[in-house]
Amino acid sequence: MATTTTAVARRRHGTAGALFIAPFMVLFLLLFLAPLGYAAYLSLFQEKLIGGSTFVGLDNYVTALKDPQLLKGIGRVALFFVIQVPVMLLLALCFALALDSGLLRLARVIRLGIFVPYAVPSVIATLMWGYLYGPDFGPFAQISHDLHLPAPHFLTDGWMLGSLANIVTWEFVGYNMIILYAALRTIPAELYEAAAMDGAGAWRIAWSIKLPALRPALTLTVLFSVIGSFQLFNEPKLLMSVAPDVIDSSYTANLYAYSVAFISQQTNYAATVSFILGLVIVIVSYAFLLTANRRRTA
Amino acid sequence: MTTVTPTASTTPAAMRVDAEHRVPRRSPTRRRSTPLTIAMLAVLAYFLLPLFWLLIASTKSTQDLFNSFGLWFSHAPQLLSNVKATFTQDDGVFGRWLLNTVLYAGASALGAALLAAAAGYGFAKYRFRGHGAAFNLVLGAIMIPTTALAIPTYLLFAKAGLVNTPWAVILPSLISPFGLYLMRIYAEDAVPDSLIEAARMDGAGEFRIFCTIGLRLLAPGLVTVILFTLVATWNNYFLPLIMLNDPNLYPITVGLSSWAAQAQNGGAGASSDMLALVVTGSLISIIPLVLAFLLLQRYWQSGLATGGVKQ
Repeated sequence: MATTTTAVARRRHGTAGALFIAPFMVLFLLLFLAPLGYAAYLSLFQEKLIGGSTFVGLDNYVTALKDPQLLKGIGRVALFFVIQVPVMLLLALCFALALDSGLLRLARVIRLGIFVPYAVPSVIATLMWGYLYGPDFGPFAQISHDLHLPAPHFLTDGWMLGSLANIVTWEFVGYNMIILYAALRTIPAELYEAAAMDGAGAWRIAWSIKLPALRPALTLTVLFSVIGSFQLFNEPKLLMSVAPDVIDSSYTANLYAYSVAFISQQTNYAATVSFILGLVIVIVSYAFLLTANRRRTA
Repeated sequence: MTTVTPTASTTPAAMRVDAEHRVPRRSPTRRRSTPLTIAMLAVLAYFLLPLFWLLIASTKSTQDLFNSFGLWFSHAPQLLSNVKATFTQDDGVFGRWLLNTVLYAGASALGAALLAAAAGYGFAKYRFRGHGAAFNLVLGAIMIPTTALAIPTYLLFAKAGLVNTPWAVILPSLISPFGLYLMRIYAEDAVPDSLIEAARMDGAGEFRIFCTIGLRLLAPGLVTVILFTLVATWNNYFLPLIMLNDPNLYPITVGLSSWAAQAQNGGAGASSDMLALVVTGSLISIIPLVLAFLLLQRYWQSGLATGGVKQ
């Protein structure tokens, strides 16, 4: 009823609205768009011994796209993403459904316990798991030793990506679970009652009501996982000192960007690498969103 | 750009997680499942294992860390002397790191939440030129990875002389595109247009309406954004790692990792006892965040119970 008056009022108070968003937008421009633009600008130059900084067009990009270290780093995080994210989200989904089923005792304690690792800094999570994995005094190695079994080699080349995946899963399953669980709680009870009236069992309800209702929340969690996996840095950086033969300075794309910038001091190339990494993430995110949306409308 | 968004129904829900006591929708006669409970308790054990290990390990000397079984106490527990050693090492630098972390994370989280609340409210309740374009721009930025931004930000900050100051860590954390998105969705639901109209009739200015009515109704959403930015900035490692090189300015994450590196290289001389300090320091630094988390969660719960404006 009041829609037309509100619309008029909205237009009239437009300046006030702009003022509310101004502080955010100003900082956004300075701290988001400016660095982005600066990275794009820097990536077009090269530091030469003679003549200083010279414009080289897309040379840095050509170099980067042929740089085996960068490609390997991106490939590694892509592999990580393809395996770790489905496992993590599937677990989060199962836990959320279990919590929502109303069949659990101690549901509150379990929910909080699974979520707690999210509040632990990834630095500390990695340190803890690093010690747990350890071949000397890690409990897994100790137990295998007592049982006269060979100790698991968590920190060797073949296991490392899995060990990293375990740390990241440990950190973020609870967070994703909470997002999904919250989405489940918003499903109106009448829907369940109607379904039960029609003779739908628990599985049928989960499949036909709960999963479709979870779609937007799942999209969100996948999106966050894309962003998180492709910029994997903290965990490999910290495990590097435990297993320096396995993790080198280009183990992940982000680690490579860091070492190019701060160890070999190649500013322009570092800007190129981080710009490319950002592009990869945007492309993967969009590709995912497009397919997810197409499936929804189809 | 609308493709990016999960629909409105999901996100305010993230703020409603603990409100189930409000909605008694499960029939009380429902049977509980013992097998499912046992399975979930096993899952819980996995998530608590590293924390249990940390608790045990922080009672041990570096020698005992190597010589005794990792998942049980050694013969000579020494938690208190470990704590004392952690706080006295390097002239008490650990205490500084804790304070720095509280300062950086607190300022960033509060600032980010306020900026996001004002902007989210502005986007939800007003229309102005460039409204859609501005929002889509910010929404698109959710996908820009912060670490990819960090290197160019570092270079810009180096030019501006901000590197190696607290500002270098706080400023970039003030912008939370996802926080803005949450606040917009939340404000659309939680602040009724009719209430704003009524306040205008009474002659209140737009800013005053926001401060007295808007912020109050947004409180549960605000707490949620504070909570999530607090965790994000408290746990931040990459940004302070590249921005700071004075150990006195380090937050816990960077400080502890520098100790961990010493412990790793060490064994010899002064660093031989570092391992116990790293472990104890880790335990100490987890406690405030978990506590803050639980406390904020409780507030957020009660905020939801009273803020029943929705629906």
